[in-house]
Amino acid sequence: MASAEIAVDIDNVVKRYGSFTALHGVSLGIRENEFFTLLGPSGCGKTTLLRSIAGFEEVTGGTIRLKGEDITNLPPHKRPVNTVFQQYALFPHMTVTENVMFGLLRKGWSKPESIQRVNQVLEMVQLGDYAQRKPSQLSGGQQQRVALARALAPRPAVLLLDEPLSALDLKLRQAVRVELKALQRETGIAFVFVTHDQEEALTMSDRIAVMSDGEVQQIGSPPEIYETPVNRFVADFIGETNLLDVDVHAVSDGMARLSLPGGNGFTCPAAAMRGPGKGHLSVRPERIALCAQGAGELDATVTGRVYLGTDIQLHLRLADDEAMTVRLQNSETTVVPAEGATVGLKLEAGAARLLAD
Amino acid sequence: MAAGAPMGGGAVSNVYKGNTAKLMAPAWAMIGIFLLAPVAMMVMYSFLTKEFRGGVIWDFTIAAYDQFFFDRGLFGDEPPTIEWTYIGIFWRSIWQAGVATIACLLIGFPTAWFIATRRPSTRSAWLFLVTIPYWVNLLIRTVSMKFLIRDTGPLNELLLWTGAVTEPLGLINTNFAVQLGLFYSYLPFMVLPIYAAVERYDFSLSEAAADLYSNIWTTLWLVILPVVKPGIVAGCILVFVPSLGAFLAPDLLGGAKTFMIGSLIEEQFKGSAGNWPFGAAASTILLSIVMAVLLFYARSQNKGSER
Amino acid sequence: MAAKTDLRRFPGFLTITVLCLFVLYAPLIVVAVYSFNASTSITKWGGTSLAWYVDVFTGPEAPKFQQAAINSLVIAVTAAIAATAIATLAAVAMTRTGRFRGKTLSFALISLPLMVPEVVTAVASLVFFTAIGFTTGLTTILIAHIVFCIPFAYLPISARMQSIPDMYEQAAMDLYATPREAFKLVLLPLMTPGILSGFLLAFIISLDDFLITNFVKGAGVETLPTAIFGSVKQGIKPNIMAISTLMLVVSVVFVSLSWLVGRMGQDKNQET
Repeated sequence: MASAEIAVDIDNVVKRYGSFTALHGVSLGIRENEFFTLLGPSGCGKTTLLRSIAGFEEVTGGTIRLKGEDITNLPPHKRPVNTVFQQYALFPHMTVTENVMFGLLRKGWSKPESIQRVNQVLEMVQLGDYAQRKPSQLSGGQQQRVALARALAPRPAVLLLDEPLSALDLKLRQAVRVELKALQRETGIAFVFVTHDQEEALTMSDRIAVMSDGEVQQIGSPPEIYETPVNRFVADFIGETNLLDVDVHAVSDGMARLSLPGGNGFTCPAAAMRGPGKGHLSVRPERIALCAQGAGELDATVTGRVYLGTDIQLHLRLADDEAMTVRLQNSETTVVPAEGATVGLKLEAGAARLLAD
Repeated sequence: MAAGAPMGGGAVSNVYKGNTAKLMAPAWAMIGIFLLAPVAMMVMYSFLTKEFRGGVIWDFTIAAYDQFFFDRGLFGDEPPTIEWTYIGIFWRSIWQAGVATIACLLIGFPTAWFIATRRPSTRSAWLFLVTIPYWVNLLIRTVSMKFLIRDTGPLNELLLWTGAVTEPLGLINTNFAVQLGLFYSYLPFMVLPIYAAVERYDFSLSEAAADLYSNIWTTLWLVILPVVKPGIVAGCILVFVPSLGAFLAPDLLGGAKTFMIGSLIEEQFKGSAGNWPFGAAASTILLSIVMAVLLFYARSQNKGSER
Repeated sequence: MAAKTDLRRFPGFLTITVLCLFVLYAPLIVVAVYSFNASTSITKWGGTSLAWYVDVFTGPEAPKFQQAAINSLVIAVTAAIAATAIATLAAVAMTRTGRFRGKTLSFALISLPLMVPEVVTAVASLVFFTAIGFTTGLTTILIAHIVFCIPFAYLPISARMQSIPDMYEQAAMDLYATPREAFKLVLLPLMTPGILSGFLLAFIISLDDFLITNFVKGAGVETLPTAIFGSVKQGIKPNIMAISTLMLVVSVVFVSLSWLVGRMGQDKNQET
């Protein structure tokens, strides 16, 4: 399990390219033995942050500490971190063994020691038989494992992974996710994983940092991020959600009383709201139950039905024209209303999340 | 595929950035000392006085240019009249180079087009065929051409033997021979840029033109040529400039009547009859013409890409 | 239905292409053929013979040509090595450093030998060496050759370097290689085909040069092209045909090598 010790301490890191700011003072702490993911859309700064830890980007401001030691101004070859590159960057003119051995030899290991370690690591990623092949003779998935092995061989303090699964096809990606998670447990090294795929982040991470526009929006475990997003961006980026315009009347004892669209009252944890005002209520589509018209907190008309295999997705419209989605499990007992039908929606109080913005 | 441009540049370019001066130093030293400085010195020499047995006396004068342009001293008793001899030689060189360029264009364009429209697998073979002769020593090629077309050469022998002519074609030592020699020397320089441009040509443009009732020749003139114009211009420059200052073709294939700039300049530096400042002046004038052409070309390129 | 290829076919273009190739090869083939002519007259056929090739190597003019050939080879190898080294460093500076002050100027500098007409370079070089009192001879030839070989070596090297993404060097530095190690162990090996290509190109360019060499060689020193020229001025003799054919073969072999090496490098580094 991830310990409380901080492996990488990122303190108010700023990165500017001329007039463009990629990172606006990012601070976070990555713990030892943790699978930590940087998640966000393209351009949010997650790759820039990763490259700053590796040393490929010089930060404009702030400090980066690795196990207490300030590495902010160290060049990449002096930092005890290793990277798995998005395009693997395997040296085309070297064999698998030579690739994996590279970092060890640079650190001064002797050849016999290096070979021993190489074989050990190749076994770990199940590529023992491919030691003498050249990268051009390997499949995408195999190349990725070589890249992993190469980065793990020198026993880095932290392993950085830059969207390593994006070039793989779906089935392979799912299999590799499981392997990567197991590898992290086995090696006990902190993994810093960058991805834009929120499903990947949710399934693999111990903790996730959701980023947007160069800023960290929220840091938490997958359930925390999913169930209790702190703002609209996080609520919307992770999974699907309904965002209802609500009027908060009063906040007391950590609970908020508010009016839903359509007029009905609702009480739920106040979360970020401190007092009365306008806000958004985030409700996940799978946490809404259908009932008779008038029997729930909201009334809506069905505007469309989408068959998703595992679920049925219902599109609905409220009286004030707001759109909503509800997910029903595709089982024999589920009753799916017809298009045009009016239904009632029951919201689970614990599943609704009040957002201040 | 390269890792992203603005981000990927960071670490590696930072590594080398600090060392650009050291890395470029050898090239700067070599070319600066042994080409730039010599050219500057050559220009200076054109303003010096000629030494009797070749070489110079360090006496500044514009005598060389005077001799080039005027038949009497610029500061003599009577107003000077233009000396056409040397200007004429330059003019003839421009004309010869121009004819060679046009010949290269007329033959080179169809050739380049043909090769570029072959199947990809055979294209490089055709290109190879066209460029192999270029890689043979220019001297050897010019000598071979001389051997072929001279009065006692195989070409005339063949023509005489088949009865096509009754006496040898006086091909050698003519303007035609020189033009042929220039054409022969620099043809691949026309073919390659045009080939590159045609390869990038989008054939759906031809299809659109055909769809709009244009036959292939109208399409060529109105659609294709304008689109591949950059390649054509590049090819013309690459043929014209070397042809202008060429020495071997005029010297081996031409004669007294076809004297060109290259031969004029070479003559000034041979033995004791030479006039170094004059030769330097002629070289400076040639260099100026070429630089002007290249500058004009570079300007037009920039304007094009800014659009 | 008119086939698509019709739009690409212009009547007469094939003929012109064939004519073009014919004109390009005819003189060379004729010379090659006549080099095997047994008779002393170079235009009447006297039967096939290798006599002239033998004459090249053992005849009265043989020592002159042999010395000239040795001079040419030594200069070509030395100039090519120097030019390739200088061009490699310059290529690293030009392709791996983003923008730097004087970059456009540097590029203009490297292209300068290509833009200045050969005769002007020849005159300038002669004037320079005379002015500083440097005796003309093999050294002056070598120096002049290095200068104009630099852009020729530079072209394939720079092209190759640009096609190698810098992610490999990044990966190397990520794995504790110092910048110098990253250059030596990763970039340089990947660039080898380009460097070899550049070397071969520079070699041939140096071997073939006539005009500049003729100006700066001074009396008493000959390279193969200047020796051939001098001989031709006295009339085209059959042994000239033989030497020409030999040089023809050498040139073709070297260029093919250069091209093959370049191609090999490309195939080797194809990534799946």
